[in-house]
Amino acid sequence: MPSSLLWAVDVYGRVYSLSTAGQQWEHCRDAHLEFKRVTAVQQCCWSIACDHNIYLYVHASEVPIRYQEETYENQRWNPVDGFSDRLLPSDRWQWSDITGLKHQPLGDFQLPSENWEWEADWYIDENFGGEPTEKGGWTYAIDFPATYTKDKKWNSCVRRRRWIRYRRYKAQDTWVKIPSEQTESLPDPFNDITCGGWEITEEPRGCLALWAVSLQGKVWFRCDINHHNPEGSVWEEVPVPGEVVQISCGPGDLVWAVLWEGHLLVREGVGRDCLKGSSWVTVESPSPGVGVVHVAVGVNVVWAVTKDHKVWFRRGVNSHNPCGSGWIGMVGEMVMINVGLSDQVWAIGFEDRAVYFRQGVTASELSGKAWKVVSVPRDSERSHSSASASSLQSAGCFFGGEVRLQSQASMLSDADAETERAGGEVVPTPEIGDAPKPRIPKVTSDKLEDRASPAQVLSPSQSGGVDPQWSNVDLEEAQTHLTSGPGGDAAETSSLSSVATYNLALEEPYGLDEPPKWAWVSGGGCLVECHTQLNWFNSSTSTALNSSMQAMSLSITPAQTAAWRKQIFEQLSERSKREMENFMHYEQAIEQSVWVKKGTMQWWRDWKPHKWVDVQFALEQFSGVEGNKDGILFIYYTFNDEKKYLHMFINEVTILVPVLNDSKHTFAIYTAERTKQRWPMRLAAATELEMHDWLALLSVSCCDSRGIQGPPSKQAIWSVTCKGDIFVSEPTKELEASPYPTPCAQISLGVVWGIGYDHTAWVHTGGYGGGFFQGLASSTDNIYTQTDVKSVYIYENQRWNPVTGYTNRGLPTDRYMWSNASGLKECTKNNTKPPSPNWTWVSDWTIDYAVPGGTDREGWQYAADFPASYHGNKTLKDFVRRRRWARKCKLTTTGPWQEVPPIPLSDITILPLRAKGSVSAQNPAGDCWYHIPSPTGQKLKQVSVGRTSVYTVDENGNLWYRHGVTPSYPQGSSWEHISNNVRKVSVGPLDQVWVIADKVQGSHSLSCGTVCRRLGVLPMEPKGHSWDYGIGGGWDHITVRGNAMEAPRIVMPSLTDNQTATRPLQTSNQPEMNGNPVGC
Amino acid sequence: RKVIMADDKDVLRDVWFGRIPACFTLSPEETTEREAEPYYLLLPRVSYLTLVTDKVKKHFLRVMKTEDVEEMWFEYEGTPLKWHYPIGVLFDLHASNTALPWNVTVHFKNFPERDLLHCSSNSVIEAHFMSCIKEADALKHKSQVINDMQKKDHKQLWMGLQNDKFDQFWAMNRKLMEYPTEEGGFRYIPFRIYQTTSDRPFIQKLFRPVSPEGHTLTLGDLLKELFPAAICAEDEPKRFQVMIHGIEPLLETPIQWLSEHLSHPDNFLHISIIPAPSD
Repeated sequence: MPSSLLWAVDVYGRVYSLSTAGQQWEHCRDAHLEFKRVTAVQQCCWSIACDHNIYLYVHASEVPIRYQEETYENQRWNPVDGFSDRLLPSDRWQWSDITGLKHQPLGDFQLPSENWEWEADWYIDENFGGEPTEKGGWTYAIDFPATYTKDKKWNSCVRRRRWIRYRRYKAQDTWVKIPSEQTESLPDPFNDITCGGWEITEEPRGCLALWAVSLQGKVWFRCDINHHNPEGSVWEEVPVPGEVVQISCGPGDLVWAVLWEGHLLVREGVGRDCLKGSSWVTVESPSPGVGVVHVAVGVNVVWAVTKDHKVWFRRGVNSHNPCGSGWIGMVGEMVMINVGLSDQVWAIGFEDRAVYFRQGVTASELSGKAWKVVSVPRDSERSHSSASASSLQSAGCFFGGEVRLQSQASMLSDADAETERAGGEVVPTPEIGDAPKPRIPKVTSDKLEDRASPAQVLSPSQSGGVDPQWSNVDLEEAQTHLTSGPGGDAAETSSLSSVATYNLALEEPYGLDEPPKWAWVSGGGCLVECHTQLNWFNSSTSTALNSSMQAMSLSITPAQTAAWRKQIFEQLSERSKREMENFMHYEQAIEQSVWVKKGTMQWWRDWKPHKWVDVQFALEQFSGVEGNKDGILFIYYTFNDEKKYLHMFINEVTILVPVLNDSKHTFAIYTAERTKQRWPMRLAAATELEMHDWLALLSVSCCDSRGIQGPPSKQAIWSVTCKGDIFVSEPTKELEASPYPTPCAQISLGVVWGIGYDHTAWVHTGGYGGGFFQGLASSTDNIYTQTDVKSVYIYENQRWNPVTGYTNRGLPTDRYMWSNASGLKECTKNNTKPPSPNWTWVSDWTIDYAVPGGTDREGWQYAADFPASYHGNKTLKDFVRRRRWARKCKLTTTGPWQEVPPIPLSDITILPLRAKGSVSAQNPAGDCWYHIPSPTGQKLKQVSVGRTSVYTVDENGNLWYRHGVTPSYPQGSSWEHISNNVRKVSVGPLDQVWVIADKVQGSHSLSCGTVCRRLGVLPMEPKGHSWDYGIGGGWDHITVRGNAMEAPRIVMPSLTDNQTATRPLQTSNQPEMNGNPVGC
Repeated sequence: RKVIMADDKDVLRDVWFGRIPACFTLSPEETTEREAEPYYLLLPRVSYLTLVTDKVKKHFLRVMKTEDVEEMWFEYEGTPLKWHYPIGVLFDLHASNTALPWNVTVHFKNFPERDLLHCSSNSVIEAHFMSCIKEADALKHKSQVINDMQKKDHKQLWMGLQNDKFDQFWAMNRKLMEYPTEEGGFRYIPFRIYQTTSDRPFIQKLFRPVSPEGHTLTLGDLLKELFPAAICAEDEPKRFQVMIHGIEPLLETPIQWLSEHLSHPDNFLHISIIPAPSD
């Protein structure tokens, strides 16, 4: 079943639609307008806006709305001129319609409204009766009007040809104003509108009945709405025996209206030949003395709401008996009600202003069973949403087996963003900033009885001469205006618009997260089959934690004050008093959590619209029954005014990662389940310190709950994030964050080496802790102070001009005069900061002469234009230049790492990184070097060697596998491309292949650096067949070298002997990891 | 409508947070090194004795020699207390209408093998609790709801009970309490009727919340069928008290409502029938 839309207007006049397949209200982005009423059918939606104009929203469909205009050119033969446009006086016009009775020259054809456009110019129809004619398209006859033939005969005295031009309705998927006719019969604005009647007739196609009520209580019918004329042509007044306040028209021939007095009018005689019907019949209000304020009709049902908000169902209504036979009172208090397709019913609650759906409406039980509140969120901040639900399911589709160059890859991601956007708006995006004021259309009346007689309601010109601001008479502001109007009539006038005085204007404006207050709903286009399941009744869109975070909503029993219920309440409170009151000093049998740490944090909301929301964050730790510590993380948030929470068991947490984010101190928490969904829990702390406190605490409590203590074992998996934090994962256990910023680490046989940004090698001491673990239980023994130094670079850019030469005045289109390497970000000497607060400047800015490409004596590099390739000497063709400034910063932290006297090692270790254009692999014994050509056109930047396989990564992120590597022929034979978008590769001693991949879909915000594992790696098939996607986000290096999965104790038998010395060399700069999936 | 809703939710809270003050005394048959002080504790009505008496055990172990300690068990006025019945049921069945606190005797010897199940660790309680929930859902939903849950959901139910977390428990348990609107209730009501006067552990039969004619069935209807003696004519003196969570609901209370609101965490409606006190 295709999805269809439910439309609604909130009290601010904003229009939303909700798809039957959707889970949130989509704001109809035409919001420069606020609407009072909407009435929807499947192909379009009509509305009354607050400017009192009628608007139409036609859904785009595959079949365009186009209309063929035609006119005939007529000619007569005379002996002098032959055929010419000189006709006899008794003849038709030279340009006429087919009958010849109407004069219609080409120039007289106008587009019906500005919402149409011509497809092309006029052209001659050269077909006649399905056969081609002679050139010119003429058809001949003896005289007008007569039978035309395509052949000219001896007696052909007249001829004609047909001109055709198509016009196309262009205003689809957008609100367009229906031009108001300033005729005398239409003096007052519309107050209500209803659309229906599509089941009455099939001819013409798409024929609709549109009824409207004016503020003066007159009823109007829009003529000629059909597929080819979606806007209709004119309004025709339909006389009514009283003053109508509201009208409803069903899909078939039912039309009911509400009279001022609270009675109802039923239209009779509606049929194929007469969409307007012929006469009215009155039906009394269901409850004497309490008038009807609202009516809604379907095919075989009529629902009404009386002034006291009671809901009524009309029995026995059908085409033959449009009046029905009697009223049945229903449960629920509503302000308005609407009947949609298949007689499904929608309503807006009186108390909460929520949209309700009538559950259980079937053909045999038209009155349904119960009201169910539609509780889906609104898309108020769509721009924030990052990952669409659908993309979550298709992980890794940008990470496949195709060679791609860098530029293409980035184009692809752009294109992706484009399509995502394209789905959205046709209309220019409105200003979201200023929220409109709440406006409650008056659909209820407290003043009905006050009115002496309808005759007192006069049009403004009759009553006072002062124009009482029609434009807003239905809205709250108008009330104030009108009450201050002329003299004693003011009060009377204020009730003019029929139903009155519902005042909500003083309420606080509603924020976006509060439950929407709805004013109007229309289900005329919404197809809900009675057996289908809608997603609308669960407010949360996240499926995983759905259950645990839903607030309790227990089944509601019908309102009763039965004795048994009262008895239970009373007895329970008596019981509590009896059994507890005097014993509150007793100890509780179940200790609540041992201790709790609470804090405020921001949480990246799991469902759309994704955004940072303030939450209370609490870690409850308690001693488990068997003595082990366990904990639960709670995130308390508010949704739709309701306090809710979600929780996570600490023992399910697989990894805690700080996430690099410019503006916030964020980290992500993963569980196995969340990894699968590619949606970690993301949190942001107020300060870096706070974040580190929490991370340390969480990390320790994770370790506690798994009984992990002390230094990592030899089998541990090591990995490094983009920020330089090192993670260690014990197989089957927990990842423990260890804070040392280094770009790579490697492990072999229990010795762990790390290389800092300053290329100093560090060796892991076997301790643990340090960094933000300070003050927590960490081993003080092997913790050393660590320092690291790196340079921050910025660029100074200049452009040449004939007058002053090179200056810092660029073209308006140029990059910033002080920028980063790409030129996209402004980086001045003053605003450039060290990478994180842990780093401090240790030097001033200096010009960097050691830039690839070379510089002149002042450090400048020249180019023809930005961005281009730069060279170190100025030529005639150069118009821009740049130079690089560097500033050193230093990090001091503590950790279980010790500096190694490094020179020879560090030289060797960075060697492969520098090896451009070729790669050197060596056999395990390290006795000789082979030169191996790199894959075509790709510069290799990293190589990783396993027991039998060799992988490399080139500068464009392509992963290559070396074929034909055997112990006797270690250099291999050829390269095979395995995958693109790979950042780093690590091959384990058992030929396990792990990579850090970019652009793995589903973790948009963290899309670079996903850990992936090669599946299907077998001794006979070392290159495997596919990828298993691991944890998304922020990984930079991985090493799988230390761990042999199949037998942890028998490590690398063939390699141990002669490897120890050469190993750092061989594996250098190959961040790698071994064994188990990280945290999966 | 809102008011009623809030009240019904309050019932769940009242039920969950029901506490029985208990005074644990060591049985005089136990050998101690010094005199054992009684231990006072507020016991959750919906939990299980062995789950909430770690402190009691620790307290008495301090005065005892390790070799004198076997599995701990409880007794009230000569009746061994079955840990696998909810605490509230034990109290209602054996000790309602008595003075509070509830005096429970603690034993570490002579485990009454014929009366009690062994409870070596909390995992035994967990297994019992989960099997009750599963049985209840088999009756209510042909096991569809419980089978649709994941292992962690089951764990959440158990952890909720074990750590006395109402919200945590009910966030999951509400699913077990759902039913299709058109059916007006569960397939069968999971209930157990306990009585002190019988050797039978409890009565349990298939009972639907709605009659074939579509009438809502009540607690009275249930008793009429399964324990007619509990229903007395107006002029007769009351012979039995029908207790659920320490209260006596009116017989016209719909059984479905009771099942949804007065069931124990194990999803059973535990009904204790005790002789009416003869003042």
